[in-house]
Amino acid sequence: MANSDNNRRKFMATTLQSVGLTALGGLLWSGYSDEAKASPLVLRPPGALAEKDFLDACIKCGMCAEACVNRESNVDKETGKQRPGTLQMAKGGDHRLIGTPFFTPRDVPCYMCDDIPCVPVCPSGALDMPSLLNEKKELDINKATMGLAVVHKESCIAFWGLQCDACYRACPLLDEAISLQYQKNERTGKHAFLLPVVHSDVCTGCGLCEKACVTEKPAIFVLPREHSMGKAGSHYVKGWDIKDQQRVGNRKAEEIETKTKRSEKAPVDYLNKEIEY
Amino acid sequence: MKNLKYLFLRRVTQIGLLVLYFGANAYGWNILKGTFGSSLLFGIIPLADPYTTLQVLATGFVLGTDVLLGALIITLFYFVVGGRAFCSWVCPINMVTDLANWLRRKLKLDKEEVNYRFLKRRTRYWIMVLGLIVSAITGVAAFELLSPITIMQRGIIFGFGAGISVIIAIFLFDLFGVKNGWCGHLCPLGATYSLIGKTSLIRVKHDHEACTACMECKVVCPENQVLYMINKESISVTDGECTNCGRCIDVCNDDALGFGIRSFTNSKSTKEKK
Repeated sequence: MANSDNNRRKFMATTLQSVGLTALGGLLWSGYSDEAKASPLVLRPPGALAEKDFLDACIKCGMCAEACVNRESNVDKETGKQRPGTLQMAKGGDHRLIGTPFFTPRDVPCYMCDDIPCVPVCPSGALDMPSLLNEKKELDINKATMGLAVVHKESCIAFWGLQCDACYRACPLLDEAISLQYQKNERTGKHAFLLPVVHSDVCTGCGLCEKACVTEKPAIFVLPREHSMGKAGSHYVKGWDIKDQQRVGNRKAEEIETKTKRSEKAPVDYLNKEIEY
Repeated sequence: MKNLKYLFLRRVTQIGLLVLYFGANAYGWNILKGTFGSSLLFGIIPLADPYTTLQVLATGFVLGTDVLLGALIITLFYFVVGGRAFCSWVCPINMVTDLANWLRRKLKLDKEEVNYRFLKRRTRYWIMVLGLIVSAITGVAAFELLSPITIMQRGIIFGFGAGISVIIAIFLFDLFGVKNGWCGHLCPLGATYSLIGKTSLIRVKHDHEACTACMECKVVCPENQVLYMINKESISVTDGECTNCGRCIDVCNDDALGFGIRSFTNSKSTKEKK
């Protein structure tokens, strides 16, 4: 009896120990995974699912990167040798989720191949082919949304009044994704600014503009769309846009009441209130 | 002179596979593309690692059929034929841990028997289950963040970066820490293949009559608990934790060990003998 009691106690103790250590391991492991997942600004291949889903789905096989570097068009025209691929597989020290594909436009941008070799090879569905099909059900790289180029106007020499349209010329969707806006240069009084303007509905985030930019650190650079785009919110309606106006329906202005924390007070009160720091 | 037949064959297989994977990236070969996570054989046959696949499924993502089919093919292969052969015939980490193990023997580090209280061989099964739970909680294939196997393989194909430190860590752990620490105690991939390969056909067979009880096989075996029958019974090694590496066969000077096909009648008759 005493022996079986002893055994039972021992069994209970080891079970408790196993469960406890597993819980400890689980906490550490979960904490690490969650941190590792919080990648910084990272650009994914065309057709990639939203970052959160992409990290779920990517099986880290590297077939997209292999297809990218081995595409027929990836040959240096002068030397005839293969160039490095756009897509890199994150390794230790890259500070991106290990084993996932990404690209750095300033090093190698996406050349927006017509046949998009990197996407159909994806076995897991992390690169979503249907999202890149046009109305004719053909692969269309112009539908890619890898990121969105942003111009930092203080370091862009075109905003200084110097003549530069490197990004505009480099853009594969010339005059669509980046257009030049002409503006009078008041400083000289007789010259024009040729200012690059990026259009987010067309820009694919390929990064050819970032690669082409002549400044020391690029003044135009690609960021993931969720980081480079704002959102006006549904409560703003473009009254001049028939389609947008339809969102309002038949509601009359005086019937619409928007309640916010502020609207509880009279405008005179909250506008004259001191600024809260 | 010791026989190195199976050791040599294993190294040829392991390195050969890595060369094929490397060539797929470096030269565009279309024989074996991808990595162990998911590959494509001859440009048509999908292959995928069962545990990696399970982790991705645990995150809640509905995987493409290529991966599911690939995982099924790999699972069936090891289930029916290979047993836990992935670990000793395919996995590149096996070369690292075998080197550590060999050095341990040369440096006579095994003379001091240490009781690793928290580190039992069954720990890997806990880690295997835990990996799936953590994947489900954090929404990212959890073991793939740490897996030295794919880190090493991707390192060879795409370049190591700081990932090399993980490989060195495993080497040091196995050399100065726990004997067979990684492959024999921790690796959840090995645990998965142990479960998959439990009933596979290819098995090491022991001939009790020929055995002279030199115990060389137990010294060299990375999972020597599976060799409990040595000099006791003439049966097959049926434990799923046997990696079919064949080192025991190599070192046996008495022809008491050899590969064979599992015979289901044999195991019954030994039960009757008992």
